[in-house]
Amino acid sequence: MNFYTAKADTAAERRVAVDDMILTKTMPTAAGSRMLDGYMSLFDAEVITRLENAGYAIAGKTDVGEFAIDLVGETSYHGAGTENGTLLSASAEAIKSGDVPAVVCFDVNGSVCRAAAQNGLVSVKPTYGTVSRYGTIPAACSGETVSVMADSTAKCREILDVLAGHDDKDGTSLSEEQCALVKTAAAKPAAKVAVLTNFCEAVDDAVSAKLDAAKAALTAQGVEICEIADEKIAAARAAWNILMCSELCNNVSRYDGVKYGYRTQNFTNIDELYTNSRTEAFGELLKTAILFGSDNLSTENYMKVYDKALRIRRVVCEAFEELFKAYDAVLLPACSRLAYTEAETKADKYLAFEENQYTAPASITGLPAVTAGSVQLIGSMFSENMLFETAKLLAKEGE
Amino acid sequence: MNYETVIGLEVHVELATKSKIFCSCNAKYGAGPNEHVCPACCGMPGMLPVVNKRVVDYGMKAGMMLNCHINRTTTFDKKSYYYPDLPCAYQTTQWFAPVAVNGTVEIETSKGKKNIRIKQIHMEEDAGKLVHDIAEDTTHVDFNRTSVPLIEIVSQPDLSSAEEVEAYLERLKMLLRYAKVAECAMEHGTMRCDVNLSVRPEGSDQLGVRTEMKNMNSIEAIKHAIEYETARHIDAIENGTEVLVQETRRWDDIKGKSFAMRNKETAGDYRYFPDPNLMPVVIDDAWYDSIQASLPELPEEKYARYTEQLGLSEYDAAQLVKSIALCECFEAAHAVCGSAKDAANWMISEIMSILNQRKMTYDMLNINGTSLGELIKLVMDGTVGRANGKKILNAMFEDASIVPAEYAEKNGYIMSNDTGLIEQVVKAAIEAEPKAVADYKGGKEKAIMSIFGRCMKELKGNCDPQTLRTILIDTINKM
Repeated sequence: MNFYTAKADTAAERRVAVDDMILTKTMPTAAGSRMLDGYMSLFDAEVITRLENAGYAIAGKTDVGEFAIDLVGETSYHGAGTENGTLLSASAEAIKSGDVPAVVCFDVNGSVCRAAAQNGLVSVKPTYGTVSRYGTIPAACSGETVSVMADSTAKCREILDVLAGHDDKDGTSLSEEQCALVKTAAAKPAAKVAVLTNFCEAVDDAVSAKLDAAKAALTAQGVEICEIADEKIAAARAAWNILMCSELCNNVSRYDGVKYGYRTQNFTNIDELYTNSRTEAFGELLKTAILFGSDNLSTENYMKVYDKALRIRRVVCEAFEELFKAYDAVLLPACSRLAYTEAETKADKYLAFEENQYTAPASITGLPAVTAGSVQLIGSMFSENMLFETAKLLAKEGE
Repeated sequence: MNYETVIGLEVHVELATKSKIFCSCNAKYGAGPNEHVCPACCGMPGMLPVVNKRVVDYGMKAGMMLNCHINRTTTFDKKSYYYPDLPCAYQTTQWFAPVAVNGTVEIETSKGKKNIRIKQIHMEEDAGKLVHDIAEDTTHVDFNRTSVPLIEIVSQPDLSSAEEVEAYLERLKMLLRYAKVAECAMEHGTMRCDVNLSVRPEGSDQLGVRTEMKNMNSIEAIKHAIEYETARHIDAIENGTEVLVQETRRWDDIKGKSFAMRNKETAGDYRYFPDPNLMPVVIDDAWYDSIQASLPELPEEKYARYTEQLGLSEYDAAQLVKSIALCECFEAAHAVCGSAKDAANWMISEIMSILNQRKMTYDMLNINGTSLGELIKLVMDGTVGRANGKKILNAMFEDASIVPAEYAEKNGYIMSNDTGLIEQVVKAAIEAEPKAVADYKGGKEKAIMSIFGRCMKELKGNCDPQTLRTILIDTINKM
């Protein structure tokens, strides 16, 4: 479900939508959650200010899954968008329908990457800290990143140029010099790309075909492809699920039924007000994440679970650093299949915590990732331009 | 059997920064409800915390004053719990790497000197305040205090009596006020204290069952509570009146008793974890050195300097070092007037008594020391009479911008050397008081005082008393 504030006088190429994790003063922001139904922010996100200052019109907002932790938006309180039983991404639909050429999205758990891959679009999740998170609904702060989904690599780059830059209002924002590195500049495509084979085993035939096509396209254009297995990077999923759910549990604890959106009708004291509001307003996937995250942070489990996940984050970062000594980029799938059905998400409620095995490596490390040709490329910090040039080789093959 | 009480304190002190710890809202106490709030300190989604560097400055400074080791990399962590005065349902504090650890504070009691070990000092944000409206049967939330910076000073269980606790708290107040990092006014809630207490047989190395009393806000209440709890624990141990359990208790100062709090208020797991939105604060040498260089002289050091180098009496020095504000005013006045004794005299006999009259604490002194020095100089060189000098000083309490020389000129407080004028005034006074003159001549020396007073009043105090006295006596004797 998409909601638009049409600005008819704006040229189509200057129209941009933002997803519902990004706070806007003039439109409600609900993060796909009944808990924030009708919430009007007192301020605009930094990315909104940057877009408007650069002459873009915010054409409207696209729906997201509750706190953007699901597959492609199916857990929104507005209900899952589907077509013949297949799940639709609201952001991808906004682009494919021609309403907007690009959507600025908030990537918490890989939904942007998956939606781009499944819809043949391009997305970029830039280096952590290069785009301000001021004014984004916090979910998993240590890895979430403002991202762009668009109909071409050129459009992705154009929008990223507008968004990137230092912001004093975000304590994790990198310096202006570092942020400038991700803006469009002349770059060469990757010369050597490592394909992570252990990520390619559980994918279906359609994704396999996309991977083969990508490898073929790169090889045809002189890129050296090496196939390697890396078990350390594969540990990213388990660690990211721990970190994401723990941070999420803490970040959504402020929604207690008192100050925001939804309040239960059914309470006689403050404990019931808290508990019943949260029980009624939150969806099942989020509740699972809250319980899992809360348990991870308990005194009993902190060292065993959360602290270990932080250590795994370091190991994964080091594994990538090691790879980037020999390779310019890493190629891996963005998802295990090119479409999800509503039926399978009902049968396997936690599919999002499985499917994020492909996106967790970039989420947990903060490394930049570009999705194009239905596959994903990850590069070293600030290598966005190299990734875009490499992605262009994939896109050519697709045309 | 003899028992000893084992006490450890957790002292919360509000830092005297202008703005809050993670936003630019005013951090001052005393505004109307919710006047000092913004989306960040109200916990609205999308606002990100940015550390106020001044808070880290003050945290380090407090650590150095308490002889702590300063952690060169210090981190902020989130502590989760639900309470209506905590807008995010988490408090940002320091759990894993607090700014300062392993310090000591020396205290002095009737039993002599003792070192109290400091476990750690951590920086954190304060919570808001609940205001209960009994008439309307509702509770309101005031977020002014939310995110006001605090330090929590955690001692080791080295204290053993109410007297030691009082000495320790007074010493903390003194050190933090000297460093100008905090007001430490328990009556304003800018200093609050949790008391952890247990009792054991004297000489035992095992700790007894510990109870905690939270949010104590007056030294008197703390002393009562310690005495009450100690007696309660001993009674339980000796007479089995109750089974002691580790618990949090609330002190009711009116009833003079402590009560176990509902389990729900205390149970729970705070689920600490590092705040991913706040990068570790790295304190480099330049930063560390600049804070070290800004540390004040300690009260003992000032006392030694005042008595040994400036020649003040022990009493005068002890009076002055009670407050950094007094010391600073004194030192500035001394620098201008050049006489330590005169400056100390004015501080103690005039300024401290005016403060007492006005029910102001020493720290509330708002007199500019340089102006005071100028005033003392005017009195010392005979430009202004002492009594008029006091009037000027009182005026300076009302208006800090007063320049003593200008004010004396404007208000006619300049001493006169015009002996002709003095003789004229004396002559008139003698004519007006024939009885006093006769009494004086008849041998009643004190009788001259009323004529003297009349003259001084006529001269508006602008006359050297000795000169007036000489002229007066000469004139009478010549009659």
